[in-house]
Amino acid sequence: MPKLDIVGVSKFYGNITAVDSASFHIEDKEYVCIIGPSGCGKSTLIKCIAGIISPDRGEILIDGEPVKQVPIEDRKIGYVFQDIALFPHMTVRDNLAYGLAVRSAGADHIGRVTNEMLDLINMRERSKSFPTELSGGAQQKVAVARAIATGSYLFLLDEPLGALDALVRAELRYELKQLAKNLGLTIIHVTHDQEEALSIADRVIIMKRGRIVEIGTPAEVYLSPKTLFTENFVGETNLLEGKVLEIDGGRCTVEIGARTIKAIGPGRELDERVLVAIRPESVALKRASGNDGEEWRGKIRQVTFLGSLTRYLVETEEGIKLVAHATTTSEFDMGFHVEDKVGLILEGKHMLLFSYPTEGLEKEIALE
Amino acid sequence: MALDRVSFDVENGEYLCVLGPTGSGKTTLLRLIAGLLRPDEGAIYFDGKPVNRLEAHDRNAVYVPQQYALFPHLTVLQNVAFGPLARQKPEKEALDAAWKTLEMVRLSWRAKAYPNELSGGMQQRVALARGLASGADLLLLDEPLGALDARLRLDLRHKLRELVKQSGFTAIHVTHDRDEAMSVADRILVLRGGRIQDHGVPPRVYMRPSGIFVANLIGGANLLEGIVDTVTEEISTTRMRGGLMIRTPRAPLPTTEQPVILAIRKETVEISSRDIQRDNVLKGEVHEIHFLGSFREYLIRLTNGDVIASCRFLEGMESEFKVGENVTAGFDCRDIIIFAYPRQGLRKELEIS
Repeated sequence: MPKLDIVGVSKFYGNITAVDSASFHIEDKEYVCIIGPSGCGKSTLIKCIAGIISPDRGEILIDGEPVKQVPIEDRKIGYVFQDIALFPHMTVRDNLAYGLAVRSAGADHIGRVTNEMLDLINMRERSKSFPTELSGGAQQKVAVARAIATGSYLFLLDEPLGALDALVRAELRYELKQLAKNLGLTIIHVTHDQEEALSIADRVIIMKRGRIVEIGTPAEVYLSPKTLFTENFVGETNLLEGKVLEIDGGRCTVEIGARTIKAIGPGRELDERVLVAIRPESVALKRASGNDGEEWRGKIRQVTFLGSLTRYLVETEEGIKLVAHATTTSEFDMGFHVEDKVGLILEGKHMLLFSYPTEGLEKEIALE
Repeated sequence: MALDRVSFDVENGEYLCVLGPTGSGKTTLLRLIAGLLRPDEGAIYFDGKPVNRLEAHDRNAVYVPQQYALFPHLTVLQNVAFGPLARQKPEKEALDAAWKTLEMVRLSWRAKAYPNELSGGMQQRVALARGLASGADLLLLDEPLGALDARLRLDLRHKLRELVKQSGFTAIHVTHDRDEAMSVADRILVLRGGRIQDHGVPPRVYMRPSGIFVANLIGGANLLEGIVDTVTEEISTTRMRGGLMIRTPRAPLPTTEQPVILAIRKETVEISSRDIQRDNVLKGEVHEIHFLGSFREYLIRLTNGDVIASCRFLEGMESEFKVGENVTAGFDCRDIIIFAYPRQGLRKELEIS
């Protein structure tokens, strides 16, 4: 069963470092997603693991064995990428059987495994269809099943859902995860869609400019990311600039303009320039009350209905713009309207502190 | 048939989103309006005047295709200024306008670059800027954020709407992404197989969709199958698989023994380990949990085998309920939309392509 170790892998193209000393370990049967903005090196890295690209430095070990000593065709690594690569002139069944036939398996074996695969993706009644007769989602399922049929246990999926409609994507990702868990597969799945990654991964690897920024469970990277880049990349967030006034254990009092807030932020220093991060769903709004001096007050600038959520753009009296998400409560009740005066409730336990990036905020969180 | 008797209107200054799966006729519709295709039947009017006979360049509209067709030998700035220059605008004026538009899409710092030096996302924004600077009042945007990473899309969709609104454009924006459609649109037009399924403001389309397909496409509801059991003055009840009864609304006029689909939004379903006061309280077991960042989605297997999803916002690191745990799922009558069971079956009704 495959355990995977990536040890100091780097890949250079001229003076561009596509992957910069990547190291991580993947457990047997683990489902890991790699995310990051385009150009971050995630595809290069997965191609290195697949053996399509050879790294300039570092080592890739499968079950402790350096993979470069094994010819590609013997590596038992399944590889599925965005462009659905089924043979157009072959039926679903023949496509599924192809990988096995190439490995010169016996006819009985091929027949049995192919049937298993058809059942696996619930497509036995489509076995005689040609790829063009299937929807994009169904074609991609066949592609995944074909990879599984070869008997590999380690799968590298490069944007496997990238070519599909949003709705199909959202459904198929859970099927993919279920399939992996049922069969005990080890998966590395590269995606540009952070929601896809959060929803199905056991762990998420976040990359930026060739480097691994952070590795953690979906809840860790979303709720308590170690870096500002991750905080912003895995979901929308509000970033408020301030200065540390007081430190009490792991909690800091931060001055933001004329106001102060308390937030969790271990390892900060007095007078440090910081960014306070708070996600839109953690900004609660209420009708503006009388004269509570402690309260942040503002005006609704923009209201956007998003279905289960309504998004409010609020401008505080100090001129700070914040995004707040509120759950939609009842039909046509948007809660607040543009120009409404509101009070903002910013809960300390939902706020994170990051030191102000030395290279500037824009560069630090840039998405391209 | 790519489009089948499609009729609708767009107000001056409106931002319309055309939402539909691949192959629903979205691009065809845009190209017809742009004048790049001719309709076989029907007419298109701009400000009340028919434009069927007008060539594309004589219409006050600009089509921004999905595949950003930038001139590779021109710089970003020259690409954006191309339209105004082609229409004999003085060079300085055209370049100034192009520069301003590039600032709006935050690419003025790349004004001197050539298209192949830019990322896909940047190229798409240049194409968008070229459309904005073209001088036309009607923008026809074909998946304008399609080539971008999910996170960048999220940032840019709000900016795109702002841009369009601030400059007073009328926009028709085609997408298959429902979140994007709801974020940017004044009204949404849902297309499927060349036909209009729904047309209205986002809250109405989300809360009171015209049919099961739309309910599922926009926001993904729980869809439960049942048969209307009793109908009284105030309320009806629906019999589910295994004899499970659900109190359902009276409207829209279900009749006894009629097969129906109940659509229930996931965020209106409460999950609890205690008894709760709701019109419907059903026992079940947590079957799957999906973490989606701002919320968790719980799939609850009910005693009759049906699965119902519930969304919970603002939980911490640990989910409040665990897989296998016995829970109650509760929801109110008013949150149920009742649809007649589709003639060709539910699966067919929901099929995307």
